[in-house]
Amino acid sequence: MGATHSASEEVRELEGKTGFSSDQIEQLHRRFKQLSGDQPTIRKENFNNVPDLELNPIRSKIVRAFFDNRNLRKGPSGLADEINFEDFLTIMSYFRPIDTTLGEEQVELSRKEKLRFLFHMYDSDSDGRITLEEYRNVVEELLSGNPHIEKESARSIADGAMMEAASVCVGQMEPDQVYEGITFEDFLKIWQGIDIETKMHVRFLNMETIALCH
Amino acid sequence: MGSETLVAFRSWNSLLLLVVFTCAEASSDANESSNSTAQQAPDARFAASSSDPDERISVFELDYDYVQIPYEVTLWILLASLAKIGFHLYHRLPHLMPESCLLIIVGALVGSIIFGTHHKSPPVMDSSIYFLYLLPPIVLESGYFMPTRPFFENIGSILWWAGLGALINAFGIGLSLFFICQIKAFGLSDINLLQNLLFGSLISAVDPVAVLAVFEEARVNEQLYMMIFGEALLNDGISVVLYNILIAFTKMHKFEDIEPVDILAGCARFIIVGCGGVFFGIIFGFISAFITRFTQNISAIEPLIVFMFSYLSYLAAETLYLSGILAITACAVTMKKYVEENVSQTSYTTIKYFMKMLSSVSETLIFIFMGVSTIGKNHEWNWAFICFTLVFCQIWRAISVFALFYVSNQFRTFPFSIKDQFIIFYSGVRGAGSFSLAFLLPLSLFPRKKLFVTATLVVTYFTVFFQGITIGPLVRYLDVRKTNKKESINEELHTRLMDHLKAGIEDVCGQWSHYQVRDKFKKFDHRYLRKILIRRNLPKSSIVSLYKKLEMKQAIEMVETGALTSVSFSTPHQAKSVQGIKRLSPEDVESMRDILTRNMYQVRQRTLSYNKYNLKPQTSEKQAKEILIRRQNTLRESMRKGHSLPWGKSAGTKNVRYLSFPYKNPQPAKREANAAECTDDDDSDPGFQPLMFSAHTRAGSLQERRLTQEMIPMKRLHRGEKAYNLSYQTNTSWEERAGWGGRPAIWPKPLFYAVDEEYESGGQTEEETSATVSRWTAEHRDSRKYKSHSLLLQRK
Repeated sequence: MGATHSASEEVRELEGKTGFSSDQIEQLHRRFKQLSGDQPTIRKENFNNVPDLELNPIRSKIVRAFFDNRNLRKGPSGLADEINFEDFLTIMSYFRPIDTTLGEEQVELSRKEKLRFLFHMYDSDSDGRITLEEYRNVVEELLSGNPHIEKESARSIADGAMMEAASVCVGQMEPDQVYEGITFEDFLKIWQGIDIETKMHVRFLNMETIALCH
Repeated sequence: MGSETLVAFRSWNSLLLLVVFTCAEASSDANESSNSTAQQAPDARFAASSSDPDERISVFELDYDYVQIPYEVTLWILLASLAKIGFHLYHRLPHLMPESCLLIIVGALVGSIIFGTHHKSPPVMDSSIYFLYLLPPIVLESGYFMPTRPFFENIGSILWWAGLGALINAFGIGLSLFFICQIKAFGLSDINLLQNLLFGSLISAVDPVAVLAVFEEARVNEQLYMMIFGEALLNDGISVVLYNILIAFTKMHKFEDIEPVDILAGCARFIIVGCGGVFFGIIFGFISAFITRFTQNISAIEPLIVFMFSYLSYLAAETLYLSGILAITACAVTMKKYVEENVSQTSYTTIKYFMKMLSSVSETLIFIFMGVSTIGKNHEWNWAFICFTLVFCQIWRAISVFALFYVSNQFRTFPFSIKDQFIIFYSGVRGAGSFSLAFLLPLSLFPRKKLFVTATLVVTYFTVFFQGITIGPLVRYLDVRKTNKKESINEELHTRLMDHLKAGIEDVCGQWSHYQVRDKFKKFDHRYLRKILIRRNLPKSSIVSLYKKLEMKQAIEMVETGALTSVSFSTPHQAKSVQGIKRLSPEDVESMRDILTRNMYQVRQRTLSYNKYNLKPQTSEKQAKEILIRRQNTLRESMRKGHSLPWGKSAGTKNVRYLSFPYKNPQPAKREANAAECTDDDDSDPGFQPLMFSAHTRAGSLQERRLTQEMIPMKRLHRGEKAYNLSYQTNTSWEERAGWGGRPAIWPKPLFYAVDEEYESGGQTEEETSATVSRWTAEHRDSRKYKSHSLLLQRK
């Protein structure tokens, strides 16, 4: 960021685009610089610098999500090679707590955005549907931390979950009917009961303090 | 109409029984009063018989003293249970008022009968009985069944709210009452500050029993429930501590003697009591978890260990004047994680139900006693004190709720709305806890004890009845967010993913939040604790456990509802096997359950195979069963129409192909698979073979063999689907080769095999599958043919 004048303008611009406050943007910028090694962009390799991320079973999906064009709103599919700070903020903005004071529509929109982010995590081939294969992939990754769980277990769980999803979304199916996969609308239906507002958010202020209360 | 009158009649019946029991009770009390002089119960018997020289051998004797105590206890418990049954029989009543209200009413009725019959105050519940016998089961049950995750997620808010709330309430009420007492007009000036503070501390205790009883009807969302429940659990301990400290102060006789160092000591005591209790609980929890590691062969004592250790933790903590309630809760929470994995299935069920039974009994007894104790001569009424107590209780609770939550909302990402706070305020139901504490007051130090007792009773009655009855409608009126709990695999999966995602993002952001604390704890747990405390150390994932649980439930229900016995095979060849099924021995069921627990796939296979011909519609809301029904239906449809395919794969991804071949054809792959499950990968098939062979060897009956051969419903590939790749087409031709295509008439009830094949190229897997298939078919060819033949015959 060049001179302070343009920097604060940029910050304001970013504030407007992503909804973060200037404090949060400052902190995230510091973190961005840490990750990228003072470069203007981050690549996939830079995520190796985050030590705790290694132990995360869905590490690859998370890293991928950062570079996913759909999340970056740059296109319908594909992966970017590198992201700049603005992209970084865009991804982070998916995890901002939903501001319940904004009104019913806004809340619904934010909720949909978050769910879309999740959907993209499952739907790795960007075809708009979560197929059984992709579901299996997710389950296997989730259970990959446990060496004792066999692959078949993971598969049958994915199958069972898919079946459940089918029953929720489509209900009674005709014998001729084919269930291609979970579309985004179906995904929304499944998530209707679950409280995403309380789960998918990260507190971006007070990063140094230990947040013990919710 | 008829059923209603029947119900009413039945409830009248139970009321009648109740009256009979109370008369029995009253008569036994009368007996007791007449025998009260003969305290030496066992001796009296023999003494009487030996001292009387003219005695003849009497044919009929009555010795009540011998059985008095167990007899009365049993009668009381039965009375409570009958009241509960009567309550639930009249089904409109549970919606109107919580159970606790009715129990108090019944208790009051009984108390008035006893009072009326011999003008003596009815037996009052001793405080030591309450604290030693009645309270621990209730707290244990709430601790054991507490959902730990939401609790720990909200632990900060809960501690803040429970701790400070109790203190604010206690001191607030005490101080305001003291000021009221200063007003000469009310005649209360002999109650000093300390006594008021003490009263404030005991009246501010929200009772977990009453609260949970009241909230059972109103199903509020999890966060809210956690706050209320956590508060009830924790502040009971806090008020007892406060109570004890203040009693100690009172015993020092002179108010002026209390120095700041005493107050500091009091605070320190507070902390020690709380933390000490938790510490004891955790220690005992670990010990019991460790012991259950070795109880494989004597699973009958596993429940005993669980209960005894929890109770021991309570008693040990109480010995040292630490908080027994916190100890037993901590013990239950710690124990649950490890014990659940160590104990056998039956022990687990036993523990669950026994715990519920104990707590239910305790609860009813407590409320009944409370009702009984109302009637009697140990009351003193003073309008001012009582009314102001009531008023101040509400005011101070409102103040503490709104003030404390205002502060804590700043730190919460998910703040509590005003509605939620109002509900929390309204949930301040006092119960038997405060009541017993009031009874425990030493009369020497509290000359106006009766006043306190009356005031406590009034507050308790008011909160339980008024607030208890109105909270359900209030929740509905305020439209508080309700809970939406359903156990589903999807939900579990998504939640898990979310957790990891959140942890990952937080790692990227460089944050340290309680998710990381939780992660770290989990790692520690896995690395050290589980190795020590758990039997065969199989790390379980919650997804897998949930899945297994659902499967188990399904399977066990199948077995228990006799699905096995109602298979409707009726061909002559099958006759023997049918009988074989009907005589399914318990050992077979046991072995089946063993197989089930070891290999999940068997569940689906079994249930489906039995359900396929057993077209018994099951109407249950459970998710798992819905899946089954759906599959069943699609199966049936597919049978009739000859082709079906609920599953499909879109092009471009690794395809799961479902091939269906008539089993007569030895060539095609006949691996087992489920409707939705594609079991194996290309290589080996570890799950498959043991399944077959173990199932085969274990039971050994014809019926078992059928099990293994019954094909799990398959869906054929939809021929019209163009989305399938080349391999599909080669298989289609294979199907046609097999004579499948276009001749459904010949196989009115074909058995399909479905094969899950994932592959890039078509040829390779076909070979593999045929390899494994031929292995399998070699073993079972004969019986299969036999089966197919018979099945076809049957159809005709």
